[in-house]
Amino acid sequence: MDVRSQISMVFHLDKCIGCHTCSIACKNIWTDRKGTEYMWWNNVETKPGTGYPTRWEDQEKYKGGWEKLNGSIRLRSTGKSRIIPNIFHHPHQPGMDDYYEPWTYKYDELFTAPEGNDQPTARPISMVTGKYIDIEAGPNWDDDLSGSPVYAANDPNLKGLTEEQKMQLSAIERLVFFYFPRICNHCLNPSCVASCPSGALHKRGEDGIVLVDQERCRGWRSCIPACPYKKTYYNWQTGKSEKCILCFPRIETGQAPACFHSCVGRIRYLGVLLYDADKIEDVANLPSDELIDAHRDMILNPHDPEVIKAAKANGVHDSIIKSAQKSPVYKFVKEWGIALPPHIEYRTLPMLFYVPPMLPVMTSMDGNAKKNMCEGLFPDFEKSRVPMEFLANLFSGGNTGKVRYTLKKQMAVRQYRRAVTVGDIDMEAAKKMLVAADSSVEEAEGIYNLTSLCTFEERFVIPPANREEAIQMMQDPLEHKQSVGFGLLEDPERGA
Amino acid sequence: MAENTTLFDYLNLFWFTVLPYIALFTFFLVTIQRYRGKGFTYSSLSSQFLENKVHFWAMVPFHYGILVVLGGHILGFLLPNQLLLWNSNPMRLYILEISGFVGGVFTLVGLINIIIRRLTDARTKMVTSAADWIVISVLLFQICTGLYTAIFHSWGSSWFAASMAPYLWSIVKFNPTIAYVTPLPLMVKLHIIGAFSIITLFPFTRLVHALVVPNPYLWRKRQVVRWHWDRKKIRTPEFKINK
Ligand code: SF4
Ligand code: SF4
Repeated sequence: MDVRSQISMVFHLDKCIGCHTCSIACKNIWTDRKGTEYMWWNNVETKPGTGYPTRWEDQEKYKGGWEKLNGSIRLRSTGKSRIIPNIFHHPHQPGMDDYYEPWTYKYDELFTAPEGNDQPTARPISMVTGKYIDIEAGPNWDDDLSGSPVYAANDPNLKGLTEEQKMQLSAIERLVFFYFPRICNHCLNPSCVASCPSGALHKRGEDGIVLVDQERCRGWRSCIPACPYKKTYYNWQTGKSEKCILCFPRIETGQAPACFHSCVGRIRYLGVLLYDADKIEDVANLPSDELIDAHRDMILNPHDPEVIKAAKANGVHDSIIKSAQKSPVYKFVKEWGIALPPHIEYRTLPMLFYVPPMLPVMTSMDGNAKKNMCEGLFPDFEKSRVPMEFLANLFSGGNTGKVRYTLKKQMAVRQYRRAVTVGDIDMEAAKKMLVAADSSVEEAEGIYNLTSLCTFEERFVIPPANREEAIQMMQDPLEHKQSVGFGLLEDPERGA
Repeated sequence: MAENTTLFDYLNLFWFTVLPYIALFTFFLVTIQRYRGKGFTYSSLSSQFLENKVHFWAMVPFHYGILVVLGGHILGFLLPNQLLLWNSNPMRLYILEISGFVGGVFTLVGLINIIIRRLTDARTKMVTSAADWIVISVLLFQICTGLYTAIFHSWGSSWFAASMAPYLWSIVKFNPTIAYVTPLPLMVKLHIIGAFSIITLFPFTRLVHALVVPNPYLWRKRQVVRWHWDRKKIRTPEFKINK
């Protein structure tokens, strides 16, 4: 057993209101520099939708992640034998148009326009060329299903759905969508790292954060097609790749990352997970339907004396073990089993988990008459507007059972809390539902508390800074604004 | 020098003795110094992200072409005798000459596409510097003189081994003997001068990316984990913070 600690995350999708505050917080701190304007290390997508970059989940096009081949796994397009011949031109690298051309507006024209009959306007100009552009796409062009016949209808997760189910998703009166905030998953088996020819991409041993060493990166770009989540980005100004750094300068000083801290819906949880690093390769090699459980099994119980002993022997600090014991992520993922990894079939073993959203139908129109879709107070999630298969394609590699389990439990908790607070549901019936959902009264209270009443300290359990092993904590983030990350001894200037 | 030294001799002396040493010293000193002081600037500076289509027709022929051509030159420099032996059979000579020539044509086609792309694509223009144009011009000059030589002064692979290799070795051994090159045709001389100019410009331009080609990648494990601290050690009671 090789016990390591990993800063891990849970996003509770039922709580996301799609406000994009997280994206803005991130952009203001990290990506407001030349060459990074188009990057959204944190972005929020509407699902169904094609996302950012467009259709990133289409691995036929981008060939990201791992694939199984003769009993072992290999990078789908960026392995050693293929990155060398492709180094001059990577056939699967997305170009700027797959993201969007960043723009601003020519505001000064509002003041300098000559007097006339019309209001002056500020026309959009490209932030790359400085020329006027016609905006045709943006990172959130399909927000709230706008343009859904083009965008939502092309969502790669619709694969395998029947025509009827697709209709059901987009029927005018019953439109359904949810938000899907995304950051780098800081994976256990990151394909970005495995593909980097320069060895610049690496996982930090101490906390599992995946970083691009800016000084070592040589702009070979293999990480960009390699990450199946498209969470590494190419800075066209400096000629280096960049990615989400999980605000490690903040984490090292005990603060939540900016997107977590600012999250309006309070959907984000962050905490330590202890895991067994010896298992990484074996788990990544398993057949698809075993991945979810095996991935969960790698996560160790921080209360188990054996685990604690092994962790200590590995040099994990007591304070880290203590925060692992209080980790909200551990509760959601392991104890309650209601958080699932995105697209486990990419085999990068992501360490960001999602609580799938419930999208219940309360009523429906039957001709002109309103029809109640549920018998009791709460609707049957089986009749949810979003087909279970869709959620399963996103969160469990197509295994609907896993999604159903989490939804059933969440529904039982709601019934139970209704019985407690309002009392119009029979308590015995509610408790029966809990048991049927593989839960209990204690667990239901726990889920309820951490979902609805959670304080800042409960959502973000960050181990206190240990000065003797701090990596970058002595550096002032503001000093480095507009520069490239931390630890650089020189200006991030473009080479000649 | 003898009394009847002409301006021509001085020029020969400059181009084939002084310039090579300027080139080599600049190359070694500046690349090392730049790597140590401004290592951040070592990058391919790829613009594939900005323009993804012509890029293929520019980069792929150019790089594969130049690898073949450069490989041929290095081979002639390192193994001149073996090369002559190989060329003693006309069939093998033709094969070698033709592959070299095809490599040269690929390079030229790639370079022309590079020029077109950098002139026409609005986004790529934004990341094209004056230094890039200098590099492109010298490369174009070099390929043209090279191809001209290949066509009009045939069997270069043989006479390269016979006269260029000894000349280059004489430079390496700090005993420059320009007698090997002074009788060569003008185009060949221009080609040599072009080569040393490229070596001189090399450390100041994007060409340095050729020096950081990833090779450890081929031998390393897939995953890279960096430990900033030896955790086991710092957890022992004797360890004191001395930062
Ligand atoms: S999501 Fe995983 S593969 Fe992608 S950049 Fe992050 S660590 Fe790498
Ligand atoms: S800030 Fe929170 S609630 Fe708002 S979009 Fe981001 S994740 Fe969703």
